[in-house]
Amino acid sequence: MKLRKKLLALTALFALGAGSAHAADLSMVLGDTGTGAQFLREVLDKYEKDTGVKVNIVTMPSSTTDQFGQYRLWLAAGNSDIDLYQTDVIWAPQLADQFVDLTAAAKDVVGQHFPSIIESQTVNGKLVALPLFTDAPALYYRKDLLDKYGKQPPKTWDELAATAKEVQDKEREAGQKDLWGFVWQGNAYEGLTCDALEWVKSSGGGQIIEADGSISINNPNAAAAIERAKSWVGTISPPGVLAYQEEESRGVWQTGNAVFMRNWPYAYALGNGEDSSVKGKFEVTTLPFAGDGNQPAATLGGWNVAVSKYSKQQDAAIKLAIYLASPEVQKWRAIEIANLPTIEALYDDADVAKAQPFMPAWKAVFQSAVPRPSAPTKTKYNEVSSKFWTAVHNTLSGNGTAAENLEILEADLEDLKGSGW
Amino acid sequence: MTTVPMSGPSGAAAADLTGRSDLQRQRLRAAWMFLAPMLIALAIVAGWPLVRTIYFSFTNASLNNLSGAEWIGFDNYLQIRTLSSGRVLYRGLLADPAWWAAVWNTIRFAVLSVAFETVFGMIVALVLNANFRGRALVRAAILIPWAIPTIVSAKMWQWMLNDQFGIINEIALNLGLISQKIAWTASPDTAMIAVLIVDVWKTTPFMALLILAGLQMIPGDIYEAAKIDGVHPIKVFWKVTLPLVRPALMVAVIFRMLDALRIFDLIYVLTPNNAQTKTMSVLARENLFDFDKFAYGSAASTMLFLIIAVITIVYVVVGRVNFEGGR
Repeated sequence: MKLRKKLLALTALFALGAGSAHAADLSMVLGDTGTGAQFLREVLDKYEKDTGVKVNIVTMPSSTTDQFGQYRLWLAAGNSDIDLYQTDVIWAPQLADQFVDLTAAAKDVVGQHFPSIIESQTVNGKLVALPLFTDAPALYYRKDLLDKYGKQPPKTWDELAATAKEVQDKEREAGQKDLWGFVWQGNAYEGLTCDALEWVKSSGGGQIIEADGSISINNPNAAAAIERAKSWVGTISPPGVLAYQEEESRGVWQTGNAVFMRNWPYAYALGNGEDSSVKGKFEVTTLPFAGDGNQPAATLGGWNVAVSKYSKQQDAAIKLAIYLASPEVQKWRAIEIANLPTIEALYDDADVAKAQPFMPAWKAVFQSAVPRPSAPTKTKYNEVSSKFWTAVHNTLSGNGTAAENLEILEADLEDLKGSGW
Repeated sequence: MTTVPMSGPSGAAAADLTGRSDLQRQRLRAAWMFLAPMLIALAIVAGWPLVRTIYFSFTNASLNNLSGAEWIGFDNYLQIRTLSSGRVLYRGLLADPAWWAAVWNTIRFAVLSVAFETVFGMIVALVLNANFRGRALVRAAILIPWAIPTIVSAKMWQWMLNDQFGIINEIALNLGLISQKIAWTASPDTAMIAVLIVDVWKTTPFMALLILAGLQMIPGDIYEAAKIDGVHPIKVFWKVTLPLVRPALMVAVIFRMLDALRIFDLIYVLTPNNAQTKTMSVLARENLFDFDKFAYGSAASTMLFLIIAVITIVYVVVGRVNFEGGR
């Protein structure tokens, strides 16, 4: 009798499931820096409450290079376990074939976003991913220390080096033995491409490969920019910076052991957290430039959400993607974890401005944002980037001069380019 | 991608079988039946992927389009192009300096790490072979580094070796061994040393255990005889222990060598992805998955397989000659 009841209930359940929209579980994968995954969990919990759709989060390491390798492997194998991917702004051309075209589904909402960001996610007319947030790095500085020594936030790289050195030396004399002037990302990975592109671009050295596909990196301005960065290592930056990614540099910064830091906006909210030694002691400004009529440059970052072609629940996944990119979630994201919205209107939003006073100023940073050459180099971007960061890392670690390494890089890139990207 | 030297049951059996009796035939059949599951499993998990990797290395396969791979011969390995200007260009893996740098890194790492591990493993094994209270406990405890997954121990050491917060710098600084903090994994001079330290820490227990097994096979009366004759302990080690433990040592070394030649995880996690520490496996993975060069990465994997195979064969052949010469 009992068994029969159970069987009956089970049959009814199946019938229900087949008849109505089946509330299936979705899976989303993302690499996590800081509190991104924790925040997403909150959003997805609310989404589950509102819609009944349960979403599992799969977390990955924070290095974009590591994530990419894994995702490429899963997608090549036609893995249907993951429905949504959080994708880096540079991946769209390389993974376009593996993701669902979101053009039709998002036609009502794309107009809200910065056109340049939508464009970066559009490959041959196909909208590969929807933007979740954008990223442009800034110069973090310790206002308390600069005030103490009567310094202004630096405008040029040379001013930064001089200020960093002076504050570092004086503070060390005063007993702060572990203090360093400037921390950034010098490990040999995608992050170094971002950092070095900023040095080069803000020194009038071009952007490695220009929009038309021509290779511009081998020039004296670019070489000087990289040599300048080399002079920081061991003087104002710890020698270990050559193994730092974002989180290592934030570690030095947030324990109060750095005067300046180059990092993405996520570090702003974390730096003002309860357990931070620098809480309330720092501010952010645009990155320095080389002077002589140059402009600051900030590498355009940002993360997007894409729906896997191999997902068995594409419709549900697309709905979730649109929700995650919506003004509602982007505003929440901006207020809670200081990620920059891709929706222009949110920069004038009073709540956002109140929670993140630095954010409205960021609208200007985007005007100076420089994209990595992922669009012109298409599927070869990763290799281009790897060759570039290798040349820079070699220079920084004393393995050849910048001029020599850039000359070799140019030859390598020409080989790679062949008759066209 | 390791090769297991296997001699089929037929090889050993057939050699001394001139006329087979029913019983012998039956036993042979039974042997094959027992071996079959293992052979089938090996063919599926090792043989098939290997064959496919070798196949892809002769094609222009891309990870986005594996089924559309076209045969291109040896171009991934070596391609010689004569330009219209008469200049001759060499392309492909065998002409790639990055590949040869990776080969050199791998071999240097393998030789150094195995050498250190053998010496330390021998010392640890000799100590553990002695009788003392709590020996069983120590034997179990020493295996802990070996039991920790490499990724976990690499991450752990990464924090310990961190230049700013790392405990190693802290201790060395307090003891006055160094005057300023060393960026262990970042500096090209120390990155390989850091990798070696971690690898030696991790795999010495494995070495020690294999050698210990060899040591316990040595009959105790030989030592008693040596003691009665008043032979110096160091001479006993060189003349008695070492020759007798040698077969076990040779096996332990080849196991470690195979493992060391395909080193990936430790280097990938611990050091920046630069030319100073990049090994064959790291380079192969990078081409396979990060770059759009699946076929090229397959060629690197195939070469890695061949290099390991050649080193193993040479070692086994040379090693066997030595065994016989020593007896």
